[in-house]
Parts: sequence; C-alpha cells; structure tokens
Amino acid sequence: MKKKTKTIKVDYLARVEGEGGLYIKMKDDAVVDVKLKIFEPPRFFEAFLRDRDFREAPDITARICGICPVAYQMSAVHAMENALGIKIQGPLRDLRRLIYCGEWIESHVLHIYMLHAPDFLGYQDAIQMAKDHKAIVERGLKLKKAGNEIVALLGGREIHPINVKVGGFYKVFSKNELNVLSENLKWARDAALETVRWTAKLPFPEFEQDYEFVALSHPDEYPFNEGRLISNRGLNIDIAEYENNFVEEHVEHSNALHSVLKGGGSYFVGPMARFNLNFKRLSPIARQAAEEAGLKGVCQNPFKSIIVRSIEVLYACDEALRIIESYEKPDRPFEEMLPAEGEGFSCTEAPRGILYHRYKIDNQGKILEAKIVPPTSQNQKTIENDLYKFVPKYIQLPQEELTWQCEQAIRNYDPCISCATHFLKLDIERN
Amino acid sequence: MSGKTKPKLAVWKFASCDGCQLSLLDCEDELLAITQEIEIANFPEASRAVVKGPYDLSLVEGSITTPHDAERIHQIRRSSKFLITIGACATSGGIQALRNFKDVNEFISIVYATPAYIDSLQKSTPISEHIKVDFELRGCPINKMQLVEVISAFLKGRKPNTPAHSTCVDCKRRGTVCVMVAQGKMCMGPVTHAGCEALCPTYNRGCFGCFGPKETPNTSSLSSEFNAMGADNDEIMRAFRGYNAYAEPFRKESELHEKENKNH
Repeated sequence: MKKKTKTIKVDYLARVEGEGGLYIKMKDDAVVDVKLKIFEPPRFFEAFLRDRDFREAPDITARICGICPVAYQMSAVHAMENALGIKIQGPLRDLRRLIYCGEWIESHVLHIYMLHAPDFLGYQDAIQMAKDHKAIVERGLKLKKAGNEIVALLGGREIHPINVKVGGFYKVFSKNELNVLSENLKWARDAALETVRWTAKLPFPEFEQDYEFVALSHPDEYPFNEGRLISNRGLNIDIAEYENNFVEEHVEHSNALHSVLKGGGSYFVGPMARFNLNFKRLSPIARQAAEEAGLKGVCQNPFKSIIVRSIEVLYACDEALRIIESYEKPDRPFEEMLPAEGEGFSCTEAPRGILYHRYKIDNQGKILEAKIVPPTSQNQKTIENDLYKFVPKYIQLPQEELTWQCEQAIRNYDPCISCATHFLKLDIERN
Repeated sequence: MSGKTKPKLAVWKFASCDGCQLSLLDCEDELLAITQEIEIANFPEASRAVVKGPYDLSLVEGSITTPHDAERIHQIRRSSKFLITIGACATSGGIQALRNFKDVNEFISIVYATPAYIDSLQKSTPISEHIKVDFELRGCPINKMQLVEVISAFLKGRKPNTPAHSTCVDCKRRGTVCVMVAQGKMCMGPVTHAGCEALCPTYNRGCFGCFGPKETPNTSSLSSEFNAMGADNDEIMRAFRGYNAYAEPFRKESELHEKENKNH
C-alpha cells in the first residue's frame, strides 16, 4: 500500500520577533520531520565584539535585540563585573532589578496582548481583535506603556537604553523622581491582576508535557540577575559551569545554534521554567493570583504560558513598587571599574529565559573573546519536540487550522529570532 | 470615511534587531488611531494577515547582508509607491557593518561550527546602495515620535519635519551643559545628526552617534579635539566605528585612525 505524505509549511512565521518558518513532514499520520527554520541573517556579534573595550559591551550587545535590550545590557555588565571580581550591591543592584521589571512588563505584555492572545480568540492580529475587544486591547497597550515608562526613565529610552554601564549607571535618580512611576504602576498592578484572570479563561488545548525546566534560582528572591542555574531534574550549578553542562549544535536548517544539555538533550527556559522552579519566591499577590488561576506552582502546558507571563507581569509591577518604596538614592551612580585581565560569566533572566554571556578581557580592558547564548536558541529543540507530539494529536484538523495551531505552539515560547541568530519559517509536509 | 480606501502600509525586515519596527507597536497612545487612517497590509511581526501589494507606503528595517535579501529588496521596491528606510541598519548598514572592515569568513568561523551552512555577503550595506529610497529616517533606534511624524507627513502628502542639524545644537536648545567642555567626556554630538533630542548628555554621558553623521560633519576637527583630550587612535577609531560605522564620513575618519594606529 502506498504511503500518504503530507506537509505543513509556513514560509514566514508571523507574530514572532524576527524571520523564521516551519516545515513539518508526515507519513501516514506520523510526524517524520520537524524543522523550525531560521533564515534571519546572521550578524556575528561575538566576532565583532573582539578588540572592543569592555565598557562598550552593554551598548553593543543591546543591539542584538530591540525587544529585550535590557537583558543584554544586564548580562553584559554582570559578566564584566564578574571578570573584574566586583559585585554591585545596595540601591544600584535594586535599580538594575527595577529596569528589568520594566522590560519584563513591556516584553510580556506585547506578547500576551498583541502576539499570543489573537491566536486563542481567532484573530489575525491585535488590531482586528481591537474591533471586538477594544477595552481589552487598550488595557494591554496602557499596561505595556507602564513597563516602557520604567525603562524610559531609568534607561533614557525604551529601545536600546543609554544609561546602563559596567559598574552601575551614568545617572541615578532621587526617590521623588522614581515616585513619579508609582501612580501608574499601582494601576498597572491592578490591570495585571485583571490580565491573569482574563488569560486564565482562554480556551487551552490539552497538552501537558514532561520537560526539564532550567532557570536561575536565588535563595531570597524571584530571579533577575543573580543565582545558581537549577532544573527540576537535579541540575544545580554555578554560572561559570554553564559551558561544561550545555553545548551548542550547528544544524543546517537554522542560522541559530541549537543549545542542548550535554548528554541530556533538550530543555525549557523562560517564564514557565522560572515559575515552576521559583513559585514560592513570588510575592504573595502574584502567588495568590496564580492559585486562583489554577496554577499552584506547576504549569506543564506551554499553551498556558500566557497565564504564567501574566503572573510575572503582576509580580514585576509589585516588585517595582516595592523597590521604589524602599529606595534611597546612592552616593554615586557607579563603582569605578579599572581594566584588568580576566574571564567573566553571567546569566540573567531575559523575558524569554536565561541569557548567558562570557567574556575574556586583557589587562587593557580589550575584549579577547565573547560568547553569548540567548534564550531562543535554548528553546528551539523543545519547540521542535512539542510539534512532534502536538501534530499527531490534532492531525484530523483541516490543513489551515492545523497550520495555525502549529504556529500557536511555536508562539507559546515567544521566540525571538533576532536574538537567536546573533532565528523562524513553517512547512508541514504530509506523506 | 465611507467608500474611501485607506492607504496600505507594509513593514519589511532585513538584518536587524527588530527594534525600529517595534517602535510602531511602542506607539501605545497612537497605534489604534494610526490604524484608523492606514491599513496595515503587511507587518509579519504584528499580524498573520497579508494583503497583496502594491503598497502605498513601505517601511524598511535592516541592512542587506545575504544574496537572497539583495534580490528581495528589488521586489519590495517594485511593489511600493513610497519607500522609507527606518533606522541605522537600513540607512547606513548598522552595527553589523563592522564586518565590512574585516574578513567575513573569519567572522563566520568564529560564531558557527559549520561555516558551509551560512550564506552571507562580504558586506552589510544600506538599502540605498541597492534601490532608490524616498526618505531615510535615522537612529539606532529611530525616535518613535519621528516615525509618527513621517507617517503623518506621508498621509498628508507633505515633507516630514525631521531637522538635519547636529545633536550638539539640541543640547544648546535644551540648555544642557556641554559634557565635553564641563566634564571632559568624548562626545559625538558635533558631528551627529539630530533625532534623539540630545539624550545622552542629559544622562551625564557623551553622544555615541546613534543617528549617524549630520550633513557636512567636520569629523577631523572633532578627532583633533578628542586627541587633545588624551584619546589615542584606537579610541578615536572606535568612536566613529559604532552603529553607523559604514556611513561615509564616519567610515573615512575611522579608517584614517586605524591606519595611523597601525603605523605606530
């Protein structure tokens, strides 16, 4: 009997950051190949960071991604400070958490309202969704703006902020200047709680999976800039051990390197990993909202990541308010950093998951070597694995509908292709 | 509005960080109003829906770095009545144009284990090297209010009001004390195109040239000043070799200092 082949193809994936596509090939309802294709052109950051001054890394690496520049700046400054053996403490450390709160809010809300929710409600985009759900889309835009306002004040502007430097900031603010953010943030915290309740009611496909979640873990706080790397399967390492535990593979169909656990295979980074591994360190209001949404510290269905992102937005608003409340202006905006030979490691929690940086610098402060592993490279293999399992379950759906669901399964990860090529295009082929 | 068709807007991406097109979605207060006036016909980052061309207005982000993209930009020009580049990548080649000063094959082997899988041109080039561009909006990233101005000007059929003077002038306009004179910090403000409202000096740092060269910039005079302040050739070279490194006045100045650096 002749075998029937079927393909699903998406040439250019929409509502993701950057250029990619999908190709799925099936033989008699069994998936034989899944390729998350990344044709976003490579930009070679790790190469042209060589010979630049160590102080230039936060501004240069920010340009890897217009959606999460703060993440690149945070990983860069912490890696350089690690190389120089300096740890930033006190209000400067708090201000770094605060600017990261702003980026989490801005990036998560963009994804929740403009990129992901239209899938659940059957709209091509948020603009169409606004025709039927104007108040919801307007709430999303206003909430996103509350995050951008933090970044714009602390960073100077929303995209590619200019105020972050190795050692601290170029300029710091008085408590009164930060207090300006509070009124909107109080509204934002309420709107974030509404967002959790709204996303919890969306229709979700049954798709509970067993993943290895990897995230930072810190004894006292929900992680942004600091902690050990842990997983639900026993990984527990210092950041300097990262490259002994993870390896990047270069595959033909992607301009983004695939990152896998040595001997372990694919793993899962991002909001769900952070949430599952750090639930008890969320603030009480965020924990309570999660429990009301039916997520008591465990979420194994990537389609529900939209709820988890909303919980993190709620947390970030709450945490931002806490930081502003307890803030006292530091004596100076930065610690002086003199160049010295060394190697530094850092991992911070970008909105999409862990972002690893490593640099070697010489005694003049010149960068000799740079290595950057963005969250999307780490999730690529997990995204492909999800599709292997998802497609057979929903194979009876008409092609157009199945294709859309596959796109949605990819968007669960909020993939950032611009990041991953320092990544996406969908073909489903049926045999 | 009844019976009137809205002009069609398309947003295109080449090698870039997505930040400039994100600026459109960052217009939280203006976005829904803009969509009342203009049909978003092709904007993959925001929508699955694709309306066929031709398009009345195309916004192009990113630089040309692959043989395929060098072909694709011509198709986009053919389907666009009016084409505007947005940001430093599309206008001058962007940060990835740093490859233009090195051997790209060496770069590929530094980042990728199997260089044969990578298809990349030797140089990262601005859109205007490939096709006719109707207007260039500067910045790394662009200023979103300037983007709203450019779209509004297009809708009304007038020239966009985006001043071409230097960033230095904007500091004077804002009353910011000069960071070069008062704090001895290197500042690219005198040679850099306006657009950011002279942001960096209000945060105690010198301009680092996100908006690229202004018209007729006196780069050599600024270099002499940097030199007098104690900067060496490598530092001066790096100052000009940033986010608009391949824009001609900046490129020439950085090459001069690279040469002098090697001669020493």
